[in-house]
Amino acid sequence: MDKLMDQLKRQIIERLNLKDLKPEDIGDDQPVFVEGLGLDSIDALELIVLLQQDYQIKLVKAEEGPKVFHTVRTMATYITEHSPAKKAS
Amino acid sequence: MQPARFITASCSIAGNTVYKNGKPEFHREGLSAADFLDELYTHYKIAYPKFHKMDQLSKLGLLAAEILLNESGHADKYGNDETGIVLSNTHGSLDVDLKFAATMEAGASPALFVYTLPNIVIGEIAIKHKFRGENAFFVFKAFNGNFMVAYVNGLFDSKLIKSCICGWVDYLGEEYRAMLMMVETSRKKNAIPFTAAEVNLLNNTSHG
Repeated sequence: MDKLMDQLKRQIIERLNLKDLKPEDIGDDQPVFVEGLGLDSIDALELIVLLQQDYQIKLVKAEEGPKVFHTVRTMATYITEHSPAKKAS
Repeated sequence: MQPARFITASCSIAGNTVYKNGKPEFHREGLSAADFLDELYTHYKIAYPKFHKMDQLSKLGLLAAEILLNESGHADKYGNDETGIVLSNTHGSLDVDLKFAATMEAGASPALFVYTLPNIVIGEIAIKHKFRGENAFFVFKAFNGNFMVAYVNGLFDSKLIKSCICGWVDYLGEEYRAMLMMVETSRKKNAIPFTAAEVNLLNNTSHG
C-alpha cells in the first residue's frame, strides 16, 4: 500500500502539473480537493483518466468519485480492491 | 471629436526577450519557448500555482499581462468591471488543439481540452485579476491595428469600460509573440495616442 501511495503521489504531481509540490508534501490522508491540494473539477476528470489508463480501472458509479478521490489512501485502497489482477483472483 | 485615449504602457514578449514600454527588460538565450515562459514565471515571482496547468497561449498572455500591470497601481484606479480585455492572434488555440488531438487515442485529456479555445487566455487573465469587464478575442491573418482601435474605442464610447488591455497573443510550437497595451483616458508621462498608426507602429516594432 505504501509503495502504491508513493507512486500515486508522483503520478498526481506529473499528471496535474503540480510543479510546486514534491511527493513528500502530500499527506497520505490529506484531502486532495479544495481545502487540501486545491484540485478542481477538471483535475477530478484527469484523475479518472489516470485510473483508466494506468490501472485499467473504470469508475462506473460517478457518485463514488468524491469518496474514491478523497485522499491518496482512499485512491490506493480503491485501486487495490478493483485492479484487474484482484478481480481475476 | 473623438475623446482622447492613450496607450499608457506596453509589454512585448518575443524572441526570448521581454520588452516593457519598448525597452528590453529581460532576456535569456538558449531556452525553448516553453522553458522561457517558465523562466519568466520564476523571474517575475508570479507565485500562481495554476500557471503550471495552463496551455502555452494562456501562459504567454498571463505573463504579458502580469508584466504590463506590474507596479502600475491599476487595481487601485479601476473597479473590477471597468477594465476590458481585447486580444487577437493568428493561430487561435492550435498549439493546444494539436496536443489534445495527440492524446485522443490513448484517452483524451480533460486538462488539455479546457484550453482548446483561444479566448481562455482572457479568462485566465480575468480570473487572476478579478476583471469582470467586457472582453473579446479575434483571430486574424495578421495584427489588425485599425480593427483593434475601432473595437476598443467602441467599448469606451459605449461607457462599458474605463481602461483596456488589448493587443496580440500568439503561440504555436516554438513560434510565439505577445504585444499587450494598456489603454486609458488619462494622459501619463510618455503616453502614446491610441490611434491605428501608433498601434501598428508599436506592433511592428515589438521585436517578434
